[in-house]
Amino acid sequence: MVSIDVWNASVDFPIFDAKSRSLKKLALGKVGGKIGSEGRVPIIEALHDITLSIKDGDRVGLVGHNGAGKSTLLRLLAGIYEPTRGQSRIVGKVAPVFDLGVGMDPEISGYENIMIRGLFLGMSRKQMESRVDDIAQFTELGDYLQMPLRTYSTGMRVRLALGVVTSINPEILLLDEGIGAVDAAFMAKARDRLKNLVARSGLLVFATHSDEFLAEFCDKAIWMDEGHVKMFGSLREVLTAYKGFDPFERMHPHEETPVLSGNGGE
Amino acid sequence: MQATSTLDQAEAPPAVKSRSFKRAFADVREAWDHRELWGHLGWQDIKQRYRRSVIGPLWITISMGTTALALGLLYSVLLGAELPAFLPYITAGFIVWNFILGCITEGTDVFIANEGLIKHLPAPITVHVMRMVWRQILFLLHNLVIYVIVMLIFFGTLSEPYRMTENGPLQPGLSWTIALAIPGFVLLAVNAVWVSLLFGVISTRFRDIPPVVNSFINLVFFMTPIVWDASILTKVVKGDPEDGAWRMWIAELNPVYHFVEIVRAPLLGHTVDWHHWAVVGGFTVVGWMLALVILRNYRARVSYWV
Repeated sequence: MVSIDVWNASVDFPIFDAKSRSLKKLALGKVGGKIGSEGRVPIIEALHDITLSIKDGDRVGLVGHNGAGKSTLLRLLAGIYEPTRGQSRIVGKVAPVFDLGVGMDPEISGYENIMIRGLFLGMSRKQMESRVDDIAQFTELGDYLQMPLRTYSTGMRVRLALGVVTSINPEILLLDEGIGAVDAAFMAKARDRLKNLVARSGLLVFATHSDEFLAEFCDKAIWMDEGHVKMFGSLREVLTAYKGFDPFERMHPHEETPVLSGNGGE
Repeated sequence: MQATSTLDQAEAPPAVKSRSFKRAFADVREAWDHRELWGHLGWQDIKQRYRRSVIGPLWITISMGTTALALGLLYSVLLGAELPAFLPYITAGFIVWNFILGCITEGTDVFIANEGLIKHLPAPITVHVMRMVWRQILFLLHNLVIYVIVMLIFFGTLSEPYRMTENGPLQPGLSWTIALAIPGFVLLAVNAVWVSLLFGVISTRFRDIPPVVNSFINLVFFMTPIVWDASILTKVVKGDPEDGAWRMWIAELNPVYHFVEIVRAPLLGHTVDWHHWAVVGGFTVVGWMLALVILRNYRARVSYWV
């Protein structure tokens, strides 16, 4: 069973300027008396006193303004940042998708990038080899996959990254926004795969500003504000509080993109 | 708007502390489990470096070959050494030194250079070190071609007992002991991992360290018997034969000398001296203990510091 539990966790970033990052200063500081090296370093409290429990089967949306701590929270949940205070426990294999470009090398071919990206997401070489054809077909990049990645357009890169990401079998899937920059027809295809991916994963946390994505993929939501969890509850409840109105009431069919209504027909 | 906490929180917080030796060991062990990842990445690093060049990775080999040849010719004259014995000596020494140099200088930079990966993917930090050391091993394998060529040319000299310099000690010549180079190198690589873990974590916190290391490493090169032979230290200049004995400490007190020697001596058919193995063994144990303490205390801080 996969789960993420966090108890009273805080994430503080020390901000080293060029001076405080030098050894000299630390050594000289010790001579003068008891001055903690960390104490003089200014700290940014990115997350403060977070207590959460996310269980198997949960599909959690993450909402909040810019700088509210959504991305930092995702990294805390991924285990990239261990809390400076408090505790966290992550059970399960984490597949974080924060930046579609990370782990991509512009000098090597699309095929090789598929392999590397997959290995980074915790796949084995064999597993990736069996998926390569499927990914190639999905991305519709054809012979371009033999070319170095630097010859790709932004949209083509996103296609490749999405292709790999949506082919894996994650236990814990953490998605950050930034899935865009592709044409509508491809997005429709990507949505289907993303949906499958979410269905396969044990647990999802998805940070996004898009109501459509939230409505489609999530049933719970966390509202982050200034590094705190302001609210954690059902999606509709949290979104209503966050936006000040019920977004689902206003979501009329004619406002939806053709993509979504296409999927809605299932 | 009030926070409506509808959480049914799981049982009490686990006692597992972030700063524990258990977590430090787990980091190293998990890094080993990820060997497919760093193996692939290290290999990719080599391929990529020469992607658009015509003769590819052979450049590594060629540059090593010319350096060894030029220095071999020069220093054999300066030190009055026999070229057929001295050229293989410099070649083997250089190959081992290049590995050590690469691991130390790139080791200080290992986490700083991988900032993007560290901040985006939850992986044991040792993975980045393993990738770097693996890359250095692949470089060394390229350079080994030069060693093989030099060996083929001078096999006649090296296969029998020989002396490097006129008064130098008699070396037994190539024999089965050449196989000792393999455990010697494995030990060297194991040490390379702790060195770059240690330097890597410290350098990530204190950005002065990489330039300091880079400027001192040249000094280490000149102090280590690589382009000169350790036996030259005890050479009697005049009078008392006991006079030069203390100078041996110049080499003996330099840890790098022992690391070079456990790999180089078997490769050249030199006498394999047990005390080099003892010193290296000691460094392995103490170094890894130090690295594990650093890992225990600062492993989780690296992603905050990069």
